[in-house]
Amino acid sequence: MSNIPENVRYTETHEWVRKEADKYVIGLTDHAQHEMGEIVMAELPEVGAEATKGDAMGGLEAVKTAEDFYAPMDGEVAAVNEELEANPALINEDPYAGGWLYAIKVSDESQFDGLLTSEEYKTHIGE
Amino acid sequence: MDKRTPLYERHVALGATIQSFAGYLMPIKYDAIKKEHMAVRESVGAFDLTHMGEFRVTGSDSTAFLDNLLTNDASVDNGKAYYSTMCYPDGGIVDDLIVYRIGDQEYLMVVNAANLEKDWAWVQSHLQSFDVSITNESDETALVAIQGPKAQEVCSKLTHEDLESIGYYEHTTGKFAGVDALIARTGYTGEDGFEIYMKYPDAEAVWDSVMEAGEKFGIVPIGLGARDTLRLEVGYPLYGNDIDHSTTPIEAKLGWVVKLKTEKNFIAREVLEQQKADKPGRYLVGMTVTGKGFPRHGTPLFSGDRKVGIVTSGSIAPAIGQAVCLGYVERGYQKRGSELEAEVRGKRIPVKIVKIPFYKEGSRK
Repeated sequence: MSNIPENVRYTETHEWVRKEADKYVIGLTDHAQHEMGEIVMAELPEVGAEATKGDAMGGLEAVKTAEDFYAPMDGEVAAVNEELEANPALINEDPYAGGWLYAIKVSDESQFDGLLTSEEYKTHIGE
Repeated sequence: MDKRTPLYERHVALGATIQSFAGYLMPIKYDAIKKEHMAVRESVGAFDLTHMGEFRVTGSDSTAFLDNLLTNDASVDNGKAYYSTMCYPDGGIVDDLIVYRIGDQEYLMVVNAANLEKDWAWVQSHLQSFDVSITNESDETALVAIQGPKAQEVCSKLTHEDLESIGYYEHTTGKFAGVDALIARTGYTGEDGFEIYMKYPDAEAVWDSVMEAGEKFGIVPIGLGARDTLRLEVGYPLYGNDIDHSTTPIEAKLGWVVKLKTEKNFIAREVLEQQKADKPGRYLVGMTVTGKGFPRHGTPLFSGDRKVGIVTSGSIAPAIGQAVCLGYVERGYQKRGSELEAEVRGKRIPVKIVKIPFYKEGSRK
C-alpha cells in the first residue's frame, strides 16, 4: 500500500500539492515513485516560468522509464528543489518532503479545492 | 493467459515486481535495479531465465542443417557453444541465439522468448531434406543463470564437475544441486558466470540451492530490469531493440558471427557478403551521454541540422554512473570520438561515440 498523506491534495497525473504560507509545493506521489523505480534524473522548470494547469513542467528519468510531470494549478514557478540535481533518488526515498519538485505562486487559489483529496486519489489508483 | 515459470512462487515470496514479458509472468525487479546490477558486477546474482526457448537438434545432418540456417559456423567441438544470428534471405535478423554442441549429432539452440513461435516456425520450415529432427523443449526446460565474479565459487559448492576446466562458451552435462543439468559458462552480463539448464520439476531445488550456497557472498535475485542494464553496459545488442528484421548483422557490428571466411553456404550469405564489400549505409555504435538527459529507444540523433541516426537502447549505466546508449548512425558518422546530439523532449543532448563495451572491468573469462 502506498503512503497517501491526508494533508496534501493530488492530481490524476500523480502529483501531490501542499499549501504553504505563500506558495504551493508540488511533488510526485509515493505510488508514482514506486511505479517508476529508481529516479536517476529530474529535469525541473526554471524559477519564474509560467505554469498552466495541465502543462508539462519537466520530466523524470528512471532506470527503465521516463515520465513528464504536470502543473496542477495556474501560477508561476517560485522555487525548485536544487538538491535533486545531485540526488534525484530523494524522490524515491522521501517523496513528500525532501523529494519535493518545485513550488508555485498561484493567482487563483480556488483551483486547489478542485484537486483530489487523499480518499479520491486512493480510489484513483485503485487502493 | 501468461505462463508461469516453475520459480514463479519463489519470485512472489521474494516480493518481486512481476510483469508480463513474452508471454510469461517474469520478475522485473526484486529490490532496486541499480542494487541488483551492482550485486552482479561486484559479487553474484541469480536469474530465472526460464522464458528463453530451447530447441534440440539431432540427426546425422545436424551440423549441415545449422550451417544453412545460421550465420555462424556450427563446426565447433563437442562441449563448446557459439553465438550466432539467424537471418532472413534479405539479411534481416530473425533472432540471435546461443547454440550448444552436445555431441557429434546433437545441438541445443537457445532463442529469445519473444521470438519463440516465429523462430520455431522458421526453423521447421527449413528442414528441407536434411536428416535431422528438432524438438521444442521450451515448455519443459528451466534456466537459472548465476552471474558475477563470485559465480564459480557459488556453483562449485553444488556440483562435482570441474568448473575450472569449463572455459568461456563451454559446457558439460552433469549433476548440479543433485539434478541432471547442462552446465554452461555463458551469460549476458559481461561477468563470469554459469547458465544452468534443467527440467521444470528440478528448478526449485536448483534455485534454492543456489540461493543458499550464495548466501555468504551476498547473492541476490536479479530481475529482467537489471538484466537489461547489465547487457547494455557491456554493449550486447537486444533483439527487438537494437536488432530485428530491418537490421543486418553487418550493420549491427556482428560480422564476427557471419562465417564469410568459410566456404559454407547459408541463408543470406550473398546479401551479407555484398553488404560487407559495399559497406553498409549505417552502423550500430555505442555512445556515452555527455549532456544531461537520457536518450531512449527511438530518440533521433543529429549532426547539426542533419538527422543521422536513431537510438535503439538507452539507460543509466550504473557501474559507470552515466547514461549510455546504442544506436544506428549513417556511415561517415560512426567514428569514435565524434559528437552528435540526441533530441529528447525538444532539447538537444550531446552524446559521444565510444568504444564498446562501455564497462570494461567485467570478470568474464
